Amino acid sequence: MASTSFTKTGRLSRFILKRDRVRLPLWILGIVFFTFIIPAAFLDLYPTQQDRDIMAETMKNPAMIAMAGPADFENYTIGVMTAHQMLIFTAIVVGLMSILLVTRHTRADEEDGRIEMVRSLPVGRLSNLNAAIVVYVVTYILLALIVGLGLFALNIESMNLEGSLLYGSILGATGIFFTALTAVFAQASESPRGTIGLSITVLILAYLLRAIGDVSNEMLSWLSPMGLVTQTDVYSSNNWWPVILLLVVSIVLIALAYYLNSIRDMGAGFLPAKPGRKQASTFLQTPIGLGVRLQRTGIIAWAIGMFVMGASYGSVLGDLESFFEGSEELQNMLVTADGYTLTEQFLPMLMMVMAILATVPAVMNMNKLCGEEKKGRMEHVLSKAVSRTKLMASFLLISIVSGFVMLSLSGIGLWATGTSVVEDGLDFGMVYGATIVYYPAVLVMISIAVFLIGWFPRRTSFIWLYVFYSFFVLYLGGLFQFSDWVGKLSPFGYIPQLPIEEMDWMVSIILVIVAIMLSIIGIIGYRKRDIQ
Amino acid sequence: MAVLQTTDLTKRFGKFTALEGVNLELNEGEVFGFIGPNGAGKSTTIRILLGILKATEGKAKIFGKDAWSDAVEIHKRIAYVPGDVNLWPNLTGGEVIDLFGALRGGIDKQKRNELIKRFDLDPSKKCRTYSKGNRQKVALIAAFSSDADLYILDEPTSGLDPLMEQIFQACVLEAKYAGKSILLSSHILSEVEKLCDRVGIIRQGKIIETGTLDELRHLTRTNLIVETKNPIINLQEFPGVQEIVEKGKTISFQVDSEHLDSVIKHISQYGVTKLESTAPTLEDLFMQHYEGKGISETGVGGRS
Repeated sequence: MASTSFTKTGRLSRFILKRDRVRLPLWILGIVFFTFIIPAAFLDLYPTQQDRDIMAETMKNPAMIAMAGPADFENYTIGVMTAHQMLIFTAIVVGLMSILLVTRHTRADEEDGRIEMVRSLPVGRLSNLNAAIVVYVVTYILLALIVGLGLFALNIESMNLEGSLLYGSILGATGIFFTALTAVFAQASESPRGTIGLSITVLILAYLLRAIGDVSNEMLSWLSPMGLVTQTDVYSSNNWWPVILLLVVSIVLIALAYYLNSIRDMGAGFLPAKPGRKQASTFLQTPIGLGVRLQRTGIIAWAIGMFVMGASYGSVLGDLESFFEGSEELQNMLVTADGYTLTEQFLPMLMMVMAILATVPAVMNMNKLCGEEKKGRMEHVLSKAVSRTKLMASFLLISIVSGFVMLSLSGIGLWATGTSVVEDGLDFGMVYGATIVYYPAVLVMISIAVFLIGWFPRRTSFIWLYVFYSFFVLYLGGLFQFSDWVGKLSPFGYIPQLPIEEMDWMVSIILVIVAIMLSIIGIIGYRKRDIQ
Repeated sequence: MAVLQTTDLTKRFGKFTALEGVNLELNEGEVFGFIGPNGAGKSTTIRILLGILKATEGKAKIFGKDAWSDAVEIHKRIAYVPGDVNLWPNLTGGEVIDLFGALRGGIDKQKRNELIKRFDLDPSKKCRTYSKGNRQKVALIAAFSSDADLYILDEPTSGLDPLMEQIFQACVLEAKYAGKSILLSSHILSEVEKLCDRVGIIRQGKIIETGTLDELRHLTRTNLIVETKNPIINLQEFPGVQEIVEKGKTISFQVDSEHLDSVIKHISQYGVTKLESTAPTLEDLFMQHYEGKGISETGVGGRS
């Protein structure tokens, strides 16, 4: 029996490639494209070693190390700089790619009943899982080679062949690790959502563990797959051990996934489902109740995540202050706005990152309406005495509240830990103000989602491009010295940087009005169109 | 009074015309069977009636109100069961039934529990674990435990076992006797024959026949098996005679109902020793239409 377990893996692998013929090249192109333009851009922006040393000094503080990881600051060449500022984020993207693609071909196919049909054909019991793993392992080996050789081919002095190959290899190894991890969770969880949720939780925890480890205790970083990525010290000491370690762990996980798959029933998982309620609670019996109920787990997970995120940023604020206190030179270089502490100057940047992050769950809550429609379940609701306006407004309300809660939690989290580590404590009003000032921008993002659902239901994912754009131009904008208007294409670019800038009520009011108008237009569109 | 009425209903998706001038009428207290091959436009019609799709042209009215603009008002009085019931995997069947009831505006608790028992459903299980038939039961229980005036059922029994189908039929008849109206789209012809007062057949987006079953039978052919002392001559030259099969002295053939009289007169000349006739089943009727031939087109002659 064992000998037939993998029958027809090759044929299924080709089938996976066929289904991914657009998706897979897009992911790889995207990753490769960003990896290749960054070193060239850095060379342009920081042409002399002196420029780069200044950059190194500004990066050499606990807050930035928590975000991007440690680096060889004494020897901050273009290569080291690229690896330091891009590697961890690219690794996160690669991790997400693995999680989404592997889930799609394992648990998602299984829940939709497609694997059942495949398994009724003369294919092995483990062939589908095996095919998915084979395809993505090969993909990541290719990605490692493309990135490695490509970076070397850029012909930049500090980027030698070994370092370039290590850069590619650690990305590939990360991809393989998350492929293996997702494969295990696809066996454990009974639903694609559970699979993705568990895998992303590990990804986030790994990142946070690395952040804490890099700032306080290196040993912790070695326990985190994301920590391993930054421990490679690419283009400096070129440490290959993390790659080997990740691959070994991946092999163990893959073996575990095969084992779990071979002993479980089709459609079953290892995290058991308990019997549910026989009757609906009064809460569930409205469109709002339904919307909340469907997304309950996700909302709670995000809420915890946002709080932890804020708290982790807050926890490094103390280190930040003491670090700068030691060096008068640095203080002179950085402190441009008089009368504000370093924490206060870092706050707008931190808050913007968290506000954009808080937009994600809020927009997901809104897009759920469209996701449910595509699965043909909204027709149940609309065939009852529920108007489309009421239905959409219910999801909009959930989304608006969710955005507010997520944003608030990140600010509260930051204050809670920050105030205990910063010498004189932090003023809650100041921190919360700097957080909630971003709320109008979050509302605008939600309203764009509403607009897309109303008028372009097949293009709802465009909102994610816009979220990503906002993050990219505003977070990295300073680094690349983009013109101002590039940032102004995102609602987040208009928000006053409290507390170092004055509050601008006009901007907030205008953003809220824009959000209201887009929402109304979206609802009108939703009322007029066919439900799919 | 017409509970449901469509006039020249047309729906286009881009260049594709899904419905072309569909006229339907469902009277109060009537069970109307809506039948046709896959992709003929049954579900599109129903989804326009529910205000989920917007008609390109024509009117759809339920209770005299417009199906699109008064959708919410209308939906308070109708119950809908789709053929492919897709439910939220993380809610239980019981929760979904209550939710549907509450969204419509109230549910009869006693009837709900009684129906759960009759359909033998475990309401504490998550919808993820239900089979197709069980998901359909959830939708059926939600529909029949409501106090709707019109039931729109779109192939509601395609996943039910024969026992459950009987219970379904009983539910439909109970609703009918309570004066409710029912639009039943179905592929199970015996079910339609048993339940429906009138039938409409749709093909390629057009209604090609409507009427009571008896009316439709008149349009179709009767099967005859005849034994005669002397061989019958010239039978194939009679208009409306088809599918002649001879087995020794026995001959079997089909006759269009309108020509039955002249054919019987003709064969009686040859000394009939045995005569069997079977009324056309609904199935025969549909096969004619599903295969794409109208009766009038096949009237003349036939070959063995």
